[in-house]
Amino acid sequence: MSAPTTITFDGHEIPFLPGQTVGAALTAAGIRSWRTTRVEGRPRGLFCGIGVCFDCLIVADDRPNQRACLLLAQNGMRLASQEGTGRAHLTV
Amino acid sequence: MSGSTDRQGSDAVVVGAGIVGAACAYYASRAGLSVTVLERGTVGSGTTSRGEGNILVSDKAPGPELDLALWSRALWGELGGELGTDAIELDEKGGLVVATTALDPLLAFADGQRAAGVEAVPVPSGGLRDLEPHLAADLPGGVHYPQDLQVQPVLAAAALVRAAQSRGARLEQGVEVTGVERDGSGAVTAVLASGRRFPTRTVVNAAGTWGSEVAERLGGPVPVLPRRGFILVTEPLPRVVRHKVYSADYVENVASSDAGLETSVVVEGTRGGSVLVGASRERVGFDTAMSVDVVRRLATQAVRLFPFLADVALMRLYRGFRPYCPDHLPVIGADPRVPGLVHACGHEGAGIGLAPATGRLVTQQLTGQQYGVDPQPFSPSRFAEVPA
Amino acid sequence: MPTSPSEPAAPTADVVVVGAGPAGLAAATAAGARGARVALVDAGTAPGGQYWRHPATARLGSVDPPGVDEDALARLHHGLKDYRRLLDLLERQVGAGTTRYLSQHHAWAVEQYGETFTVHAIDRSGPTERTVPVTGHRLVLAPGAYDRQVPFPGWTLPGVLTAGGAQALLKGNGVAAGSRVVVAGTGPFLLPVAAGLATAGADVVGVHEASMARAWLRHSGAVLRNANKLGEGLGYATTLARHRVPVRSRSVLVAAHGTDRLEAVTVARATADGTVPGSEQRLDCDTLAVGWGFTPQLELPLELGCETRIDTDGSLVCVVDDDQQTSVPGVLVAGEACGVGGAVLALVEGAIAGAAAAGVPVTDVRLRRQRTTLASFAAAMHRAHPVPAGWTDRVTGDTVVCRCEEVTAGRLRQSVDAGATDARAAKLTARPGMGWCQGRVCGYATACLTSAWSGTPYRPELAATRPVAAPVTFGTLVVRGQHESGDRADP
Repeated sequence: MSAPTTITFDGHEIPFLPGQTVGAALTAAGIRSWRTTRVEGRPRGLFCGIGVCFDCLIVADDRPNQRACLLLAQNGMRLASQEGTGRAHLTV
Repeated sequence: MSGSTDRQGSDAVVVGAGIVGAACAYYASRAGLSVTVLERGTVGSGTTSRGEGNILVSDKAPGPELDLALWSRALWGELGGELGTDAIELDEKGGLVVATTALDPLLAFADGQRAAGVEAVPVPSGGLRDLEPHLAADLPGGVHYPQDLQVQPVLAAAALVRAAQSRGARLEQGVEVTGVERDGSGAVTAVLASGRRFPTRTVVNAAGTWGSEVAERLGGPVPVLPRRGFILVTEPLPRVVRHKVYSADYVENVASSDAGLETSVVVEGTRGGSVLVGASRERVGFDTAMSVDVVRRLATQAVRLFPFLADVALMRLYRGFRPYCPDHLPVIGADPRVPGLVHACGHEGAGIGLAPATGRLVTQQLTGQQYGVDPQPFSPSRFAEVPA
Repeated sequence: MPTSPSEPAAPTADVVVVGAGPAGLAAATAAGARGARVALVDAGTAPGGQYWRHPATARLGSVDPPGVDEDALARLHHGLKDYRRLLDLLERQVGAGTTRYLSQHHAWAVEQYGETFTVHAIDRSGPTERTVPVTGHRLVLAPGAYDRQVPFPGWTLPGVLTAGGAQALLKGNGVAAGSRVVVAGTGPFLLPVAAGLATAGADVVGVHEASMARAWLRHSGAVLRNANKLGEGLGYATTLARHRVPVRSRSVLVAAHGTDRLEAVTVARATADGTVPGSEQRLDCDTLAVGWGFTPQLELPLELGCETRIDTDGSLVCVVDDDQQTSVPGVLVAGEACGVGGAVLALVEGAIAGAAAAGVPVTDVRLRRQRTTLASFAAAMHRAHPVPAGWTDRVTGDTVVCRCEEVTAGRLRQSVDAGATDARAAKLTARPGMGWCQGRVCGYATACLTSAWSGTPYRPELAATRPVAAPVTFGTLVVRGQHESGDRADP
């Protein structure tokens, strides 16, 4: 097996194996939630695990609304928690 | 229950619990009439739930429809107070029409509207982004219309019906009109619907895009035709668009009779967070099939106005059929061929905006009150052939 | 290329197949074997769908795999022989140039022009996303299914996953969903999920099946004709016994507990329409894998106007004839979308559909008999594992029904009581189903609750159409080099 590579989540290094999704890597690292809902601010993470429920949305390399259960981890990828819509910087 | 007669009877039976039927029920019951509303689906389940909730004066050239729209806009302001602006999500956001090519035609159009009582404020190119920071930087200019409003149409229709019910009106959902009973003089004596009989001397055809079908069944045909429209809905967003923003060629397209596809973009935010993108117009009967062509054209025009949309997801779309008459005016008023039949449909894409004024006009007709605007241009007489 | 956007692309395939799970692979290879030019459109990074899900970098059964533990993966997968056979056939067809395999192409819309069909897919295989039309004379839709869910108090806590989600983590990533896991709900799928987790080293606290043990014995005719499926079930039971995982039947999941993450669940003894008062039991855990059967992805057939019906399990499914033909000529459906029935049935239906689409219907009587047998087994299992009646009573005013828009049962009830008496009216007024997932997760529950509270028929089809079958960015939709505003197409 090849050496584990890393991604970062909110600045912390998270190991992953090639072929794993970021959601899987985070789960393996014991992280269960990475976003808050836009109305109540409640934590969410994986739910359906196959890209249908859109609960697992995460910011990856500054792009919000990425489904963590589908997004393949790549060495050096920067993940960040998503707050609500993930587009607060667009607010007018 | 088949063959059952509604024992109470009503002063008026309103066919259709869309926004127009709901407004008719609201004002008629407020004037003391007993009203029964017959709806084959649920409140607002027709075209009312397929639009954007537009209450516009900005898109209308001087003429009878603009007069109706100005009066109706004022009535919406009053309804906000009576029903609760939060309950119906009434938003005094205002409209911003932007030119994408030449500015002068838009300014000339606005001059004419101003003379007819519309507040229309020209905005130079440099001032557009003060009003809408996310607009593309290279647009020649636009006109700001502070009077334009937005409302959540289904909530509004439901609130109007509830208020009517509080004054004794009755709502029957899942009931479809099949015909009328008439007396020897040809006047309406009852409405027949789903095997039941609703005695009344007045029936209001507020059946929207199915107005011609219902009119046929009631004995007074009027030509109401469907004009399909798509609305694109984005992912939930924070507030990114403050007004109802649309390109100047929207006005030209509304007035056109072209059967082919016309698209001209309208962009606005909603309370729920999604941005709505319309508007397309096609005469394709009642064909609900998806058109990727329409979607891509609307998306292209939307990104032209608001470049930030390029990274935003299209999450869903819906489509509906605007009810229009060949002369692009609604049909409101008593049918000369069938005493007791009153039409209130054919509002094309302006049904939400024009609903309160329509409800008032119909009520004024039923109670002999003075009209708020001249009803003649909307009269069904223009479609009624002189009987042999 | 078409000369104007309003013309359909010239057909490039005889048969377009959407979905590369068991049904889609079977259809694509059956059609190809009968001489059809095939285009296989699949959203995944590798063939296999959900059932044969594996990491894109791994090759099932290959010798020197990078990354995830291949042997462990292989032990998780059944029917690998079928998979390899189909993959071989597919690779040969692709090599011969008779089949195009469009991987990482997510179908987002479908259109019909006269007698040709165009699937519009988001191509994610390159550096920038683009939308491509895939056109053919026949369409075989094999979109598969996903976990059906019903709301219960606490179900939105992090740590609560669907059974399918737990399985995807394991099969696709080699990751156990948590350390202390409760598996609950109903249906035969709970067993392989629990067995997989136990084998992977998780502490599986227990399997809690809401239905009676061996409820399928009441439908013994169908079951005996499918004796091999019995064997499969026994295999899981043995694994669970070996890991000392208790398997309880008539034990229904009632609630999940925790502040910001799952800490425990409550199960209770199930009765015909509720639970035995006082039988509640609290189980400490950090993960809950919950499943109540599956429900098909129907966007594409619905958009084409295919007739649907309510299946034995309450799912909306496509109506098909013996050749998998839907009510729309030229559109065929195979696999879960015409009735949830598992991978073997999907393989059989796919083969029948692919053959019919190629114009050479299957004559093998045994295959057709197999379809009937497997379908009746599936129906028996549905009857044996209903979503437990009484879940609607366990939902409180605060329980979230629509996860995306955070619509509570209380808000939904207000709307229904105010006159929103069907699923669509409820959606328009209270907004369940208006978020990112577009009602895929809450649609069943919303239709059930609306029906129960207003005393109207259960009508899931009213809020089931999704003309945009997958989200696509505006940028991907922009038409390059076109006039921007006021466009007129030829009528």
